[in-house]
Amino acid sequence: MLDTFIDITLLAFLTITAIAIIKVRDLFVVIMLFSIFSLHSAGLFVVMDAADVAFTEAAVGAGISTVLMLATLALTKDHDEKRPAHKARLPLLVVLITGAALVYGTYDIPSFGDPDAPAQAHVKPYYIEQSMRETGVPNTVTAVLASYRGYDTLGEVTVIFTAGIGVMLLIGGRLTRKRDKEDDR
Amino acid sequence: MKHNLVLRFITKYLFPVIALFALYVQFHGDYGPGGGFQAGVILSVAFILYAMVFGMESMEKVLPLGLLRTLASTGVLIYAATGVTTLLMGGNFLDYDILSQLPIQGQHIGIMIIELGVGITVSAVMLIIFYAFTDRRNYD
Repeated sequence: MLDTFIDITLLAFLTITAIAIIKVRDLFVVIMLFSIFSLHSAGLFVVMDAADVAFTEAAVGAGISTVLMLATLALTKDHDEKRPAHKARLPLLVVLITGAALVYGTYDIPSFGDPDAPAQAHVKPYYIEQSMRETGVPNTVTAVLASYRGYDTLGEVTVIFTAGIGVMLLIGGRLTRKRDKEDDR
Repeated sequence: MKHNLVLRFITKYLFPVIALFALYVQFHGDYGPGGGFQAGVILSVAFILYAMVFGMESMEKVLPLGLLRTLASTGVLIYAATGVTTLLMGGNFLDYDILSQLPIQGQHIGIMIIELGVGITVSAVMLIIFYAFTDRRNYD
């Protein structure tokens, strides 16, 4: 009962924030609203018992990405979004049809936490039954990510590392040049 | 924000709490929610808060960009080296059972080390991206 109430409240706040993001034209306000949106999502993840995801969403979505967008905004001169010149009718139609199709599709999805869902039937029973005995780690998520799927996680860390290198090459280039100049002096 | 006394005061006390929480998430990830990625992100958030309040100059004194670059690559290296170590010890790649006499102990050691690698890389990369975005301002 309380879960349903919290779900409805959080989802209502999400919708309100989303509509506000569309309506507001001041980009500074939009960025702060995005941050609030992420925080509500983090709350939803906690309700769904996905504390790991909630951590990430709160720290990355509400924290780091907001700061990065604010830093980007500080670099630009115009802080107001321009009104689009064209009418929104055709895009709205496309969005409505796609949305309706997606909602229709959810009727085939197994309900939340359904033990007979395909996602739960494959390797999950094995992890739940055996991970404690095989790895001695009570947190099954950690056991799967770090041990059973350690190879995947290595790939993920490499992706993050590559992303850092990419950002450094694309927009961090002047940093190194600044250092060189200072050395010359 | 350099002259805001309240913000500076609170940040001074908040920074160690956030950093300590990051370490908790890092090393308690085996037992509770969290792990290397979450811990790394939380730690970098603490540093970003510090940089926002005290300015990039004092931030660069604490963590120069060169150090961050080294840390970012060190994390990936720690992770991959763990895999290579298990290979050299006669097991499969990233098969931690071989790291100790007891397979479960080996798993504990292996997971601890690779999560540390993940945490180091993630926090360093997040801060590198933050540096790249903020330091451009000095030029335009």
